[in-house]
This record gives sequence, C-alpha cells and structure tokens, in this order.
Amino acid sequence: MYVIVVGGGKVGYYLTKALRSAGIEITLIEKGRQRFDLLQEEFGDVAFLGDGCEVRTLEQAGAPRADLVAAVTGDDEDNLVICQMAKRKFKVKRVVARINNPKNELTFQMLGIDETVSSTKLIYSLIEQEVEVADVIPLMALRKGHLELVEVALTEESPSINQKVRDLVLPQSCTLAILVRGDTSEIIHGETTLHAGDIIVAITPSAHVHEFRKAILGKAVPAS
Amino acid sequence: MHIVILGCGRVGAALALMLEASGHSLAVIDRDRESFRRLGRSFHGKTVLGIGIDEDVLRKAGIERAGAFAATTSGDNSNIMSAQIAKMKFKVARVIARIYDPLRAEAYKELGVDTISPTLLGAGLCLDFILERPYRSVAEYQALPEVLAHSS
Repeated sequence: MYVIVVGGGKVGYYLTKALRSAGIEITLIEKGRQRFDLLQEEFGDVAFLGDGCEVRTLEQAGAPRADLVAAVTGDDEDNLVICQMAKRKFKVKRVVARINNPKNELTFQMLGIDETVSSTKLIYSLIEQEVEVADVIPLMALRKGHLELVEVALTEESPSINQKVRDLVLPQSCTLAILVRGDTSEIIHGETTLHAGDIIVAITPSAHVHEFRKAILGKAVPAS
Repeated sequence: MHIVILGCGRVGAALALMLEASGHSLAVIDRDRESFRRLGRSFHGKTVLGIGIDEDVLRKAGIERAGAFAATTSGDNSNIMSAQIAKMKFKVARVIARIYDPLRAEAYKELGVDTISPTLLGAGLCLDFILERPYRSVAEYQALPEVLAHSS
C-alpha cells in the first residue's frame, strides 16, 4: 500500500509518523521550505518539497500509483483541490480530506469527495455528548461504527420503568445488555424489571439511536 | 442581471465597475475591507466582507439570485472551490474562475469548470508581440502549450 499525505503541519507530521511505524510506504508533501527541512531531517526521503495542489508535484510524488491520498493542510480549498486532482487526474482510489469548516462536509460530498474529517465537528459532537449527560451516552463504536455501545440512566419519567424487559417495544436489533443498580450489576433478561435510577448498558444500531432513546427515555431528539 | 464577484483586487474591482457601467447589479466579496477602496465612490453595488468559499458569505452577496459569478482572488484554490460551489450548489448560469497555474486551469477545464489563465494569456500576448505575429483568439491563448505540459 502506498499513501501520499499532503500538508506537513502537525496533523500531517503525526500521521506520517504513525503510518511509517506501521510499515506503510508513504510520501509527505510540504510546500514550505523551512517546514520541509524539519520534516526531511526526521523522515529523510519520505518528505517531498512541493505544492501538492500542482499536477506536477503530485505526479513526481507518485500519485499515479498511490492507493490513498490524504489532504491535511490547514486550508479547506487546498484540500479540496488536492483530492479532486488525485481522484480525477490520477485516478487514486481513495482520497481523504481534512476540513475545518464543518459545513464544507456537504460541499465536499457534492463535489465528489466523500471522505472528510473535521476536528471541529468531532469536538462539537463530544461537547454535545457532554450536554446530554444522564441521557444516552455513547461508550464505544462497534462494527466500524454501525453499532454503538451506549449507557443510559433511567429517570422517573422514563416510560420503560416498572416494566418487564420482555414487554418493552424496542427498535430492531437493540439489545439491553447489562443493568447497573447501585453497586451491583447483572445481565438483563426478559424477566428483569427496570426501575428509576437504573443504568442500562445497551447495544443499538447507530441508525436507531434516536428511536432507542425514545423507547427507553420517551424523548426523541432532532437528528444531528 | 445580478452578478457576484469574488476578490476585489485590480481585476475584480475593474470588472465590477465595468459591469456596473453596463447596467448590472453587483456584489463584490473580499476578506480585506481596504480592498473595497479600489471601487471608488461612484460604485453603487454591495460589498461583502468575508471568505468566498463560505456559503453563508456567498448567500449574503445574493448568489441565489445571481446570473453570473466570477472568482478573481489571487488564490487559485479559493477560486476553484467557490466557482464549483456557485455552479453546483447555487446553479449559477455563468461561472468563471481565474486560475494562474496553467496546469490547474487545464485540469479544471477538463472537469467542466470554465477557467481563464492570465498567465497563459499574458505570456501569449507578449510572445506574439515580440515575434511580430498577429494576435490570436482567447481560446488559442488558453490552450496549454506543449512545452508547459511536460516540462518538469
């Protein structure tokens, strides 16, 4: 596998470092002379001086045989052009763009770049989770993010309390796994009766988190 | 017709004044307030302070009702991105992007973005003047010369 990373700032630097230690063949393109010198000192031939938005630079860096190009400069417009060039001009199979303005996620999709990473959005969603404490808290993503392990605390208002689990109507493929009551925990089964104050650990398809929330807590939330 | 121009440098400002003189309504976007001075006092169009790749800024300039959009900043990539947003998202009928880098201009022309490369135009005009050749059409100047396509 051959990877080209464009942009030798902090993201590009650590990405290169991680990929290199994973034994992946990689080239890091940086256009700033000073920054390049620093990168070359550490990475040697892996560092490549040039403007990754230019056709020629990408060609010299081996874009025609690259399996993946990651554009991680600090400018969204540069990352867009890098990805479009890589994809359309050099037929690179997979391109990933870092974006700063979360709104650009849709713009990039519209312009043919599907894989974007926005630290703004990631941090925002973390804060959002923080705001919804004592609600449905995501613990872990399973199966490449198609399933989520979540924690939910039941309140007096929850429609699911004082009922046996077998009588609850849950969205498809949702599984209530563990019940935490006070300092004890137990596996949830059909005969378990839920109480206010209980904490439930459950697995739900990511697409059904909102329905799950509604079934357990009685509150629907606008899709984010 | 309402026209949005991105970039109030020499080209953007001159274009805005010329279009206004032909009776069109204008909005000019630039991230530097000082640049709007180039429009002079007689300019009646709108000036919008902001970055052209931001859809909210484009909306503020009236992109939704615009019949044409010209991206004339000094940044090739900003011009490319904003031109694509204008064309794909806002369905503006006539969209042009100024791109200095001839190879990038060529690549995006292939992708369906109308581009103008002042680099090729300027060099070509000087070339014909020096060699005492008659001037050619814009399309001929915009065609990427072989010598630039393969030099590395």
